[in-house]
Amino acid sequence: MEFPKDLKYTKEHEWVKVEGKIATIGITDYAQDSLGDVVYVELPPEGGSVTKHEPFGVVESVKAVSDLYSPVSGSVTEVNDAIIDSPEAINEDPYGDAWMIKVEIAGQSELDDLLTADEYQKFIEEEK
Amino acid sequence: MVPFAGWEMPVQYTGVKEEHLAVRSSCGLFDVSHMGEIEVSGDRAIDFVQLLITNDIERVSDGQCQYALLCRDSGGVVDDLIVYRFNIDRYLFVVNASNAGKVLGWMKEVQAREDFPDVGIEDQGGQYAQLALQGPAAIEILRPLLDIDPAEIGHFRFHMGLISDNIEAVVSRTGYTGADGFEIYLAPEDAETAWKAIMEAGSGHNLRPAGLGARDTLRLEMGYPLYGHELGEEITPIEAGLGKYVRFTKDFIGRDVLERQAREGAGRTLVGIRMLEPGVPRQGYEIHAGGKKTGEVTSGTVSPSLHVGIAMGFVAPETSRPGAEVSIVIRGRAAKAEITTLPFYRK
Repeated sequence: MEFPKDLKYTKEHEWVKVEGKIATIGITDYAQDSLGDVVYVELPPEGGSVTKHEPFGVVESVKAVSDLYSPVSGSVTEVNDAIIDSPEAINEDPYGDAWMIKVEIAGQSELDDLLTADEYQKFIEEEK
Repeated sequence: MVPFAGWEMPVQYTGVKEEHLAVRSSCGLFDVSHMGEIEVSGDRAIDFVQLLITNDIERVSDGQCQYALLCRDSGGVVDDLIVYRFNIDRYLFVVNASNAGKVLGWMKEVQAREDFPDVGIEDQGGQYAQLALQGPAAIEILRPLLDIDPAEIGHFRFHMGLISDNIEAVVSRTGYTGADGFEIYLAPEDAETAWKAIMEAGSGHNLRPAGLGARDTLRLEMGYPLYGHELGEEITPIEAGLGKYVRFTKDFIGRDVLERQAREGAGRTLVGIRMLEPGVPRQGYEIHAGGKKTGEVTSGTVSPSLHVGIAMGFVAPETSRPGAEVSIVIRGRAAKAEITTLPFYRK
């Protein structure tokens, strides 16, 4: 299982890639593996706002419905429509093709409590 | 692995979708040893079986099996099952794991109430492991392992013989997936050897181990009911659309209620529903027609074969016509869907 070092992570199993004021958000390899075959994803509209620790969408596998929690607060600048038509991309390439939304971050303090790859890996080891 | 009715069950091995598609295109092997087995035997066994089940066991011969339901006096379903007819004095009921204890209790209650003291009722759940080999390649995979040509076992018939050289087994041409295939009953201590032999024989046929997850999506594509979803103590076989497994030409417990429902119509009908908009219908979601609630989803998923949301659920008779437009309420939003005929999947 992979956890790229250049990403930050949450305990709700999202990853976030920060480039300037823009955060790209998706779910981790661990999350997609736990969910199993993803069959549906629901994302917020472009221009909408998301709030840190609150649900911004839903991902459904054959067996389960799971909320997606936003790692940061801000406004949605871009939505990956391709994964709505091909949700299986979330299983195949969770850190690449299957990014979910891009958010313009409300402020730098939003990033304070995000986990590093090592911290996240340690967290899921403990959760197992 | 998940706990289920006292068993540790594999939900998936490599992935629900992959296992599902293997059963549709090649073959899957399921360990369904959790299923319950109860033997009924004795001189009056046939009369006792006839009283218990809605179907007519006199319509089949020795060596055949039959799908049937066990009802209460109310017409509610105790369990659905397959009855194996060994001979006129000996039958094996294969029942749902979660209902095995309840079925046994009900059979003993009926035995006392209806005066069948001489009939033997034996819980044999611990004596059988069960493997289900399901898919179009099942015959080819089983052929080198079985003491007869598996193609000779007709649909809903069974063979008592040897598998993998010397393992005694009951092999029936049955299943819960809609694919061709076999269910294999054998002693628990032989199960691992048989599993390995079958997997080995299937290595050139894309045989995959398959779990409970795929078993559920496969049966759902076929519109097969699952106890606890489409069947239950408060649901009759007529409501569940299983009238063809109910024979009014003989007597059985629950007959009065079922006969009246068959004649006058039940208050609700089980239907198939296909999503017309994205979304995954799931158990408990409301079904609306004309802006009003008409029923609830009992099972739902995204069909791995058809790539569309499919569901079963009970609706009012007036909204049960195939083609009728309904909606499924998913997280507060009404997603368009339509009533459709079953099965969803056709070969």
